[in-house]
Amino acid sequence: MVKSDQQLTAPPFPLPVLSPTINSVESAQADGDLAIALRSLSAWYGSFQALRDVTMAVLRQRITAIIGPSGCGKSTLIRCLNRMNDLIPGFRLTGQVLFDGQDIYSKRVDPVDVRRRIGMVFQKPNPFPKSIYENAAFGPRINGYVGNLDEIVERALLLAALWDEVKDKDKLHKSALTLSGGQQQRLCIARALAVEPEVILMDEPCSALDPVATLKIEDLMRELAQNYTIVIVTHNMQQAARVADSTAVLMMNEDRAGELIEYGPTREVFTNPKEKRTEDYITGRFG
Amino acid sequence: MTRTAFERQLAEIQQEMLALASMVEVAIERGIQALRERDVDLAHQIIADDAKVNQKRYEIEDTCLEIIATQQPLASDLRTIVAVLYIIVDLERMGDHAEGIAKIALMLADEPPLKPYIDIPRMAEVAGRMLMSSLEAFKERDADLARRICDQDDEVDALYDQVYRELLTYMANDPRTIERATHLTWVAHNLERIADRVTNICERVVYLVEGRIEELNVSKY
Repeated sequence: MVKSDQQLTAPPFPLPVLSPTINSVESAQADGDLAIALRSLSAWYGSFQALRDVTMAVLRQRITAIIGPSGCGKSTLIRCLNRMNDLIPGFRLTGQVLFDGQDIYSKRVDPVDVRRRIGMVFQKPNPFPKSIYENAAFGPRINGYVGNLDEIVERALLLAALWDEVKDKDKLHKSALTLSGGQQQRLCIARALAVEPEVILMDEPCSALDPVATLKIEDLMRELAQNYTIVIVTHNMQQAARVADSTAVLMMNEDRAGELIEYGPTREVFTNPKEKRTEDYITGRFG
Repeated sequence: MTRTAFERQLAEIQQEMLALASMVEVAIERGIQALRERDVDLAHQIIADDAKVNQKRYEIEDTCLEIIATQQPLASDLRTIVAVLYIIVDLERMGDHAEGIAKIALMLADEPPLKPYIDIPRMAEVAGRMLMSSLEAFKERDADLARRICDQDDEVDALYDQVYRELLTYMANDPRTIERATHLTWVAHNLERIADRVTNICERVVYLVEGRIEELNVSKY
């Protein structure tokens, strides 16, 4: 376990009220309901500010959706949650991303460890040009796992609801590229699950999939949310409305930096948003 | 970005709902007129027109369902459609109450009048005014007006009490009046129900504006 010099101390985070028992960060934290907390997060690509002062809490074992018009910083935000932006030249960030109360950007934290605990699935299914089995086994293998890989592969594929479709020996060792787009995306989810993360980030996971494959992934997300924390970026507002427990709305300010303008239980955001800008966006009058 | 077709459909269901409300208001007014003037033709006309009220309600409902299925309305758009869906049911039922009054007008047309009608037309007037105000509150998205309208339901309830007591007195004094007096209590009851349904519309207006259901006036009846 990495050590952090930053501990979460009673911050004024806006927190979606999902149940009467979750009404403050302190109680959420005490109950173990808080997975990730962002505190005054700002991000830049060179001189361009992509995010400004985002403060929000992600609840454990819930699905949190991030929505907003193109260019509002959704992907930047989700990529900040497991340090995926670190590799982009000119990227810098201020504020904190607290995971289990520790700032993942602290110098003492190993980004590789962060990415193991907070996995990611991308927009376009990106299986490695290897067999299905090797894709699922990839994470544990490079992490030096020496136990029974077969068990890990089966478990990951089961969790990703792909096992029944690929369990035959022939199939399992065929190239992952022979799978359909939807299957490939579930394989990518299996690959992320194989290293036993706590959080799964999904950046537009269904945008390259057909409606049936999309609904399968959504079902899978609901299943996984029983044990994992999921954060999803989506362009598809109906998808956010269908799957997410809470929804965050990002929008560009006049300087084109993304700001969090509303965050709350999904039902509230989609039926009775508090912000006029949210209303205009989700009703299609803007954006 | 605009959604021209969607905006047009949304405007259309609201316009049609207001047209439906006007039909119902006319039916209530004419029902009382038919009763007072013992106008059999008018009563038949009201009964025939109720079919048009029902038809319009189903047409609006159809359009609402089509919008939900094809446009995925959200936020205040969704609340508008849900409000319209509920309000048209109340309007249609009010139309049935008006039709009920017309049927009683037919039954009483051949009987000598029991008494001059004063409180019953007054009930109809207050209920009709409440109805039109509630639709004004809908059009203007005025939740405060909606709340104020509901206070008038007490006036209708009080008039209903008065009519009921008076008719009981008639019946007690002269059993030959029982049938006519009973029919008139039904008229008053229909009007009381109409006013009560107006409070439902007002609750939907508050929901539309503020996004929450609030029980505005629990009727005595």
